[in-house]
Amino acid sequence: MRRYVVGRLLLMIPTLVGVAILTFVIMRAVPGDIVALQYAGSTVPQSVIDEQRHILGLDKPMWNQFTDWMGQIAHGDLGQSLWTGHPVVEEIQIRLPLSIELAILATLFAVAIAVPLGVVAAVRQDSWVDYVIRVFSIGGLSMPSFWIGLLMVLFTITVFNWAPPLIFTPITEDPAANLAGLILPAIAVGYRYSAVSMRMTRSTVLEVLREDYVRTARAKGVRESVVVMRHALRNALLPVVTVISLEFAFLIGGLVVTEQVFNLNGIGKLLVDAVAHRDYTMIQSLVLLLAAVFVLVNFAVDMVYMFLDPRIRYA
Amino acid sequence: MAASADVIARKRYLESTGSRRFVRFWGDFVRRRPLGTAGAALILVMIAAAALADVIAPYDPVKINFADLLQGPSSRHLLGTDPFGRDVFSRLVFGARTALLVGFVSSLVGCTVGLVLGVISAYFGGRVDTLIQRLMDVLLSFPLIVIAIAVVAALGTGQGLIGNVIAAITVPIIPRVARVVRSSALSVVRMPYIEATRSVGAGAVRIMFRHVAPNVFAPYLIMMTAFLGQAILLEASLSFLGLGVFEPTPSWGLMLRGAGMQFLEQAPWLAVAPGVAISMAVFGFNLFGDSLRDALDPRLRTG
Repeated sequence: MRRYVVGRLLLMIPTLVGVAILTFVIMRAVPGDIVALQYAGSTVPQSVIDEQRHILGLDKPMWNQFTDWMGQIAHGDLGQSLWTGHPVVEEIQIRLPLSIELAILATLFAVAIAVPLGVVAAVRQDSWVDYVIRVFSIGGLSMPSFWIGLLMVLFTITVFNWAPPLIFTPITEDPAANLAGLILPAIAVGYRYSAVSMRMTRSTVLEVLREDYVRTARAKGVRESVVVMRHALRNALLPVVTVISLEFAFLIGGLVVTEQVFNLNGIGKLLVDAVAHRDYTMIQSLVLLLAAVFVLVNFAVDMVYMFLDPRIRYA
Repeated sequence: MAASADVIARKRYLESTGSRRFVRFWGDFVRRRPLGTAGAALILVMIAAAALADVIAPYDPVKINFADLLQGPSSRHLLGTDPFGRDVFSRLVFGARTALLVGFVSSLVGCTVGLVLGVISAYFGGRVDTLIQRLMDVLLSFPLIVIAIAVVAALGTGQGLIGNVIAAITVPIIPRVARVVRSSALSVVRMPYIEATRSVGAGAVRIMFRHVAPNVFAPYLIMMTAFLGQAILLEASLSFLGLGVFEPTPSWGLMLRGAGMQFLEQAPWLAVAPGVAISMAVFGFNLFGDSLRDALDPRLRTG
């Protein structure tokens, strides 16, 4: 058990190093660095450009740049953004609350519709209710969430003459204004992600409903609602929890397009801008951070799983 | 009971052979899976639109016409025109070509590479397995869109560079397929007939591709339909971000990007029409893929 946990934790290191190397190599392979982009089209002498590169350390051999960066990270320093000059940590700190809050809201919304609908679809398998719910959920998987967002803005403008505020308010300042800015994107994203958890809920509940202990419960004369809620749903929720947590990890950095539509300044936008500016330190730190979140959540899910379901034992 | 009907259908299918087996399979599919059939119909409509685009589209999709800027839907322009006076309906019809091209090529290549890696990983096990799986882990821990952005950025974008968009969408598909194929192939590799084949002297390559791969074909096919829809969605998202297909190529995501956002209130048809096209296409592939999975392998879990 302890060996397994330690082993899993140690295995994260090669994965993250792999991510770091891949990001580093891919970004250096992109034509044009930040200095070239800054002076594009201007008639600055080559010496100035070279000096700028020297200041940013971009004239060093690739290998040195990589070891420098790794050394920094080992000291817990993510470095400075090449674009703004501010520490990367600071830039991320500004955006992270928004991204986390949006991810939480979207996940809450997704769970709130996914679990009840999934249970109903399973209990009424192959009836018209099941079909309607499945079409609804496959619909969520099929519509781009940024498009759902656009339609919702269009709807609230034409019907209520209201559009979400353009400027984000932190929740500590004004919770109502904060919610007004995040509610539409949360619904748009939540609907899409509810589809996956809904399908998962439906199929696991279906599976559990065929178990012997469910038949026993029914034979004892337990009410059907209690059978479904207590015996079936409880045991069916584990895989659902897994799916939800992995999605949550993904949502923190994966809302690039939705952030664009709602003009939200989150992690996704930071990443896209960083790619556009060839802001190497920023991109590398962000991708590494997102990968770390993903790997850690993955690990945490497995641990929780093992804890909740004693049948699962990893050797 | 759905389960017993599945058993009967499967039995009848196994009893027939050759082309009759094919006909019987699809006959049962149409009869017993209305949602899947509806999905197949949507896909056929889309393929028809792409194939016959020159005939169906009333206007040239890229021709700019300053006399008809931002026209609403009318009998002349079925779905109105965009800020360049281009006919939205014609652009939608030609957009089906872009979507299908990107979708088919990226899911075919992604799933095939994933299949090969998954089979190799399961067959050899040991170090080869560990190496491939760690590599897949690395690819998996990148968010899908991040890896797509990185590939597009690395290869560059621009007119006529649709191959880069395809590559960007192919890469994130590979690890997802490789994982599923590996786990299916692991049980195949332990089958007695594989051992029998090895004992008569068949080589590793022959065993892997003549005996193991055909037996993991069902998950491969299922994932291919599923990823086709996702690839179309991803192409739309990338084009929307300005990292995918470039003007003037008609692409649904691109149509949403420019005018769809800008003229949301003035010309809502510009935002609605391409979105409906994307959703319908992906919806078709998802419905079809779902039912295909149920039909091919009732034991697989809906996830």
